Amino acid sequence: MVELALPKGSAPKKGKTFKAPKGTKNVKAFQIYRWNPDEGGNPSLDTYEVNMDECGPMVLDALIKIKDEMDPTVTFRRSCREGICGSCAMNIDGTNTLACTKAIGEIRGKAKVYPLPHMPVIKDLVPDLTNFYAQHRSIEPWLKTTSPVPQTEWKQSIEDREKLDGLYECILCACCSTSCPSYWWNGDRYLGPAILLQAYRWLIDSRDEGTGERLDDLEDPFRLYRCHTIMNCAKVCPKGLSPAKAIAEIKMMMVERSV
Amino acid sequence: MAETETIKSKVVRPLSPHISIYRGGLTMMLSIVHRITGGALYFGTLLLAWWLIAAATGPEAYAHFQWFVTSWIGKLVLLGYTWALLHHMMGGFRHFMWDTGRGFELGTVELVARLSVVLSLSLTVVVWVLGYYMAGAL
Repeated sequence: MVELALPKGSAPKKGKTFKAPKGTKNVKAFQIYRWNPDEGGNPSLDTYEVNMDECGPMVLDALIKIKDEMDPTVTFRRSCREGICGSCAMNIDGTNTLACTKAIGEIRGKAKVYPLPHMPVIKDLVPDLTNFYAQHRSIEPWLKTTSPVPQTEWKQSIEDREKLDGLYECILCACCSTSCPSYWWNGDRYLGPAILLQAYRWLIDSRDEGTGERLDDLEDPFRLYRCHTIMNCAKVCPKGLSPAKAIAEIKMMMVERSV
Repeated sequence: MAETETIKSKVVRPLSPHISIYRGGLTMMLSIVHRITGGALYFGTLLLAWWLIAAATGPEAYAHFQWFVTSWIGKLVLLGYTWALLHHMMGGFRHFMWDTGRGFELGTVELVARLSVVLSLSLTVVVWVLGYYMAGAL
């Protein structure tokens, strides 16, 4: 359902400001979405003035600095700090990205940091991804075969292996799915770009023998066809993948098998 | 267990902000405009139906229609309808391209988006200039 306004209790209010010490020359303000389940109430937007002369180049560096030196209650997920784990996915400067690979220098003015859009918030910048993972489980993201298991490995030609390029790199950070308005309005029934890209990754795997049943499962006005090629997914993917293209390929597979 | 349930039910998790904070750029805006123009075409079709019915009914009914479309508000509606139709058609071409699996490179996506705006606007002008020319007003 399209609901442009946030539900009651979700609209962020103006929060506190943590000033940089006097005499700091190179200051960058970070406005961070805060919500604490122990306190409840509406979320707030707190501002932290960071001394950029003593801060690393990425947004994650600033977040860690804020947590270390200014406010230890600021909560966010992070792990690898090099764009491979997908933990620090959040909305920075209006688009979804990984905090660890987003350069602060790219942001003009105040850096606004929100959790991934249209998600239930667990705390501060940590969204609840339960539904996202359940949807991933629903497409059965593993090799499905009926042939007898070979003595050695399941072999694949170089050409067939190349078909997985641009798909296997997905780190399931959820940047794309939570950038998609169709997923915002119908996330309960529409699988969203990340999961559909994963679905396509198994559909075109030459070793997989479950193509028919996989397509049957996707053939649904909501699960697949809520994609309206809005293109936010392809624009935000921190790994440079195109879920939009993968979805178009699935739609073409649907047509091809019915003609 | 029962206690945990109560504590759980007290905390209503907020929904994180979405459309109010999201910067999707031209492509996202065009998707919204495609929907709006699509909706507007229903009303444009009503206008078209009025025209045909009026023509079939007789001179008096046609005069009513004529009065409306030559009024400034009628012209404005007609101009909007022309643009909505052409813009929606450009959107249709974009979707047709994507349905064949082509044009997903980010550069192409952006270029085609801009092209569809430029073309829908300039074609609207062309249609109106042609219309006035054929009516002998130019």
